[in-house]
Amino acid sequence: MDNTFHPLFYSFHFYLFGLIAIASALLFVTRKSPVAAALWLVNVMFCLAVLYLMLDAQFIGAIQVLVYAGAIMVVFLFVVMLLNLGHPSELADIRGQGGRLAAGAVGLALLAEVGVLVRARFPAQLTPKAAAALEPAAQPGGVIGPIADSLFREHLLAFELTSILLLTAIAGAVVLGRKRGATDAR
Amino acid sequence: MPLDPMQLEPGLWPFLIATVVKMLVVFTLYMVVVAYSTLAERKVSAWIQDRHGPNRVGPWGLFQVLADGVKNFVKEESMPGDVNKPTFLLAPAIAFTMALTAWAVIPFGAPLPTPWGKVDLIVADAPIGVLYPLAITSLGVYGIVLAGWSSNNKYSLLGGLRASAQMVSYEVAMGLSVVAVLLAVGNVSLPQVVAQQQVGGWNVVLLSVAAFVFMVSAFAETNRVPFDMAEAESELIAGYHSEYSAMKFSMFFIAEYANMLTASAMFVTLFLGGWDIPFTDWDTTGPATVAKALATFAIFATKIGAFMFFFIWIRWTLPRFRYDQLMSLGWKFMLPVALLYIVIVSSGMVLLDQAGVARGSTAYRLAFLGVNVVLMGLLFVILDRGRLISPASSRLERVRLERLRAVAATRSSIAAGEVR
Repeated sequence: MDNTFHPLFYSFHFYLFGLIAIASALLFVTRKSPVAAALWLVNVMFCLAVLYLMLDAQFIGAIQVLVYAGAIMVVFLFVVMLLNLGHPSELADIRGQGGRLAAGAVGLALLAEVGVLVRARFPAQLTPKAAAALEPAAQPGGVIGPIADSLFREHLLAFELTSILLLTAIAGAVVLGRKRGATDAR
Repeated sequence: MPLDPMQLEPGLWPFLIATVVKMLVVFTLYMVVVAYSTLAERKVSAWIQDRHGPNRVGPWGLFQVLADGVKNFVKEESMPGDVNKPTFLLAPAIAFTMALTAWAVIPFGAPLPTPWGKVDLIVADAPIGVLYPLAITSLGVYGIVLAGWSSNNKYSLLGGLRASAQMVSYEVAMGLSVVAVLLAVGNVSLPQVVAQQQVGGWNVVLLSVAAFVFMVSAFAETNRVPFDMAEAESELIAGYHSEYSAMKFSMFFIAEYANMLTASAMFVTLFLGGWDIPFTDWDTTGPATVAKALATFAIFATKIGAFMFFFIWIRWTLPRFRYDQLMSLGWKFMLPVALLYIVIVSSGMVLLDQAGVARGSTAYRLAFLGVNVVLMGLLFVILDRGRLISPASSRLERVRLERLRAVAATRSSIAAGEVR
């Protein structure tokens, strides 16, 4: 495989998918129909996955598509269709002045954060570990080797805490989902 | 990876040209095979039902596919009123594209030597390997869901809803069954999966429970009988594609067969050794030759053909599951089995490593084989619920037995004319 850096190729695709992502994000927040909005959001996620791929974060790119676009948004669409919210008139949106102001403030804060990040200085040299992680073929476990390493060795506690959180959420969902006093007949 | 002296020449152009040629060849072959699998479905179903099947267009009906294609192209496209037009048009395209795209990372033969260097017979050797088809096929559900929703038809909507719930549910079991393979290989790259099986034996033997779960999930993911809830004719007319006509309808059919083909290729690559020719080392050792590339491609195609036949065979043999049975099979059986199997496989690997058994050695393989034979036996007994093995002593629950006896008693009394 050819690993040389092609700046034109890279920047063309970066701007292409960046623009598509921004345009889809704008369409996502302006569409009235929830199904159309959900589809534009899927498009945003897909473009983000492409940007992750271009950053050599292939695992994150695949998981972005697999989990967000392929599972979470499908369930979201499922709920929209099940409740038959497909028609714009049935929408309950934030229409109050306070809600709009709050949303604007959050948007401004995020913009400011982007500005700060653009001006931030990053170390010129990568740490040896990060540099090694960028060479997927050299790792024994391929692209998922470095992720598994840091996930199950360095951040094991955080990982387990997250799984407990998820387990609690599942248990909560089951409790909420059960009809009160109903017993399973079969 | 050490540089192979016979690798493709460095630079962008050889890589680009090789990739474009591979894409064209794979696309053409894929479309032809997809078209002919519709004919295969009709021929095999006819054979199973003791009929002739299509036999008028060309010898043995071989040109039936062309006739169907022409018919679908020249038919009138109907556009029902009150459909959501953009989504209605987008849905067949999504279903079709996603089924096709997933094929890109599947290795389909030994490297082919060319005057410009060795060409790997895989369209894109993506390092994420197996995650890519899983991610792409998980998007295929949008085609069905959107078709169902945008048709503005309650039967279509029900089909779409069923499909989305079913495909998301079985995706979980499918992903978890793949984990067992990834544990054994230690990598997600599909060429690595094939290479590991060439050395360590096919996964269908060594990880048979995972193969079983993957196979069942593949049927659910492709919406094939016994899990074709999305288009259950007896309940939903034609399900999500009730409102579609002509080529748009045909695209859903192409998508279904393309999905079957992709699922077969995934199964073959993950569990049946990919393009590995069994019982010989000829295909994996020594320099790459054209004969090796062709022979391995032929064996890969044969394996896929066998699995496609299995798909069709099941469709014309088994009845459809009920929706709640399908869901409880997925969540209450397949998912726990897949999870438990991951635990068993990983602890088995750790135990064997601790005992100093080298990976890929005969003892290692025999240990895995033994464990899997036992587990498959258990699985069979559980799924069989005492029916096949010994129908006479089938474990009926006491309540159900009482009910059956009551029914029998009522029937005999009706027959005797006691109760009117």
